Amino acid sequence: MSELLQVVNLSKRFGGLVAVNGVSFSVQEREILSVIGPNGAGKSTLFKLIASFLKASEGEVRFRGQRISNLAPHRVARMGVVRTFQETTIFKNMTVRDNVIVAHHLRAKASLLGYFLASSVARGEEAEFGRSADEILAFLGLDAIKDELASNLPHGHLRALGIAIGLATNPAVLLLDEPFAGMNHDETMHAVEMVRGLRDRGVTVLLVEHDMSAVMKISDRIVVLNFGEKIAEGTPAEIQQDENVIEAYLGIEDDAIGF
Amino acid sequence: MTRKAKFAWVAAFLIIVLGVVPWLITVTQRWDLYYTLTSVALLSIASAGVWITFYIGRINIGQGAYALMGGYVSAILVVQYGVSFWLTLPIAGLFCAAASVLIGLPILRLRGVYFAMITLVLTEVARLLALALPITNGAKGMVSIPLPGAVELFGVTLIPDFATLDNVKPAFYYLSVILMILCFAGVYRLVNSRLGHLCRSLQQNEELASSIGVNIAYLRIIAYSVSSFLGGIGGAIFVAISQSVYPSSFTVVVSINFMLNCFLGGLGYVFGPMLGTLVLYFGWDLLFQTGKFQLLIYSSVLIFLMVALPNGLLSLRWSGKKQA
Repeated sequence: MSELLQVVNLSKRFGGLVAVNGVSFSVQEREILSVIGPNGAGKSTLFKLIASFLKASEGEVRFRGQRISNLAPHRVARMGVVRTFQETTIFKNMTVRDNVIVAHHLRAKASLLGYFLASSVARGEEAEFGRSADEILAFLGLDAIKDELASNLPHGHLRALGIAIGLATNPAVLLLDEPFAGMNHDETMHAVEMVRGLRDRGVTVLLVEHDMSAVMKISDRIVVLNFGEKIAEGTPAEIQQDENVIEAYLGIEDDAIGF
Repeated sequence: MTRKAKFAWVAAFLIIVLGVVPWLITVTQRWDLYYTLTSVALLSIASAGVWITFYIGRINIGQGAYALMGGYVSAILVVQYGVSFWLTLPIAGLFCAAASVLIGLPILRLRGVYFAMITLVLTEVARLLALALPITNGAKGMVSIPLPGAVELFGVTLIPDFATLDNVKPAFYYLSVILMILCFAGVYRLVNSRLGHLCRSLQQNEELASSIGVNIAYLRIIAYSVSSFLGGIGGAIFVAISQSVYPSSFTVVVSINFMLNCFLGGLGYVFGPMLGTLVLYFGWDLLFQTGKFQLLIYSSVLIFLMVALPNGLLSLRWSGKKQA
């Protein structure tokens, strides 16, 4: 395994508030790595920094050895680091299939003028994207609802659609923002399988999540943040034994971290 | 709609605007209708531009600025440099597109009501500029602009000199209508290609669009410059018809009307601005007899329509179809 993504001494300050403070870790190829931590620990900020939606105050993020922090978000996405959002972030007034088709944009090679004039490259891509979208929807079990308007979908399907959008960009690294939030046990188990399926397709997955039992089940490794600093890193078994982690979650019953 | 049905619609539309309407006008001797319909065609070209900015999720109340700009560019080139009108037409459009890139770079970062406010100011800025700049001749404006000349290719006259025609009204009508058809065909193609898909992704969620790799800043500029291009062309022909241009030729009210045309026709339909312009233009004229109540009735009807039909007049047809 090789290091795909490196976070090096990354910090983010908002005025006087230090949201992320000197965090370093690396992500191996085809690994599922979870970032956990109490509320306000800086998990979401860390994600935005990695996807370059925020500018880092200090430090940098490297992807395949290349610095990607502070590039425009669409360029980072183009390189293969793609962020998905919480459920509300989809193209609401498009059908499910259109959502996924438009998300293929990263793979597009035709120019904007080519689209307008329907060049042969553009037409070929259009057909190819349609096929690929159908394949992704089938993979995630969404093919029955592909012509529904996205705004009409129930909760669980929206989450799956978010993942479908991420998958359509053909990412090397997919950042999932709370993929299991608000799901019941069965839905979560289904989603866990879905994320494992992503990894089997060759995608490296980085996720932020609150649902500890899901995190413990799914992750190869876990990074724990508290007050913007990394306090632990290791396998689920190691994290469950870690003194710092238990302390950080103090006040919460032990079973909250999966004992 | 099937290919055949689409083809039938287009054919019927072409026959009506290029054949039936001129024939009816000749029969009824209502020559003034030429002028009215020409205006509708030109205004709907500019409205189509506004519609495109709506399509990327921006409320544009500044199209009057580009119409004025296009008008002045064409007028100045024709009067002071003796350039053929036919050449100034694309130049006016491109000049506006270039200007809109410079203006758009900073202001397209704004969203919602903030963008709308800035564009509203833009029209007023354009008017004041036209008053102040030496080249635009201030409040006196530019008058007696010569009519478009002839276009010859290899000795064959493609377009006759407008000044030699007995009646210039039909000529301008055909010019405007044909341009309108070309513009709407272009916009239709844009919307139904992958570009339209991308524009809609921008309209619905810019953050997500950029995370799937869409260069949102670039796409916004492209859409805005296409929009301004259409505004500039519309303005340039208007000036050629009236043979004059003043700083008050296109004011804030005109800009607002462009936006209303889009609202009324329907923001989700390419041909919305065309229908909206037609209805608003004739609606306003019809209400003329109500005298001082004209504006009151006009605004009340508009408010009612926006509440009752938020998706525009064209949504009537589609919703009717779904139920059937």
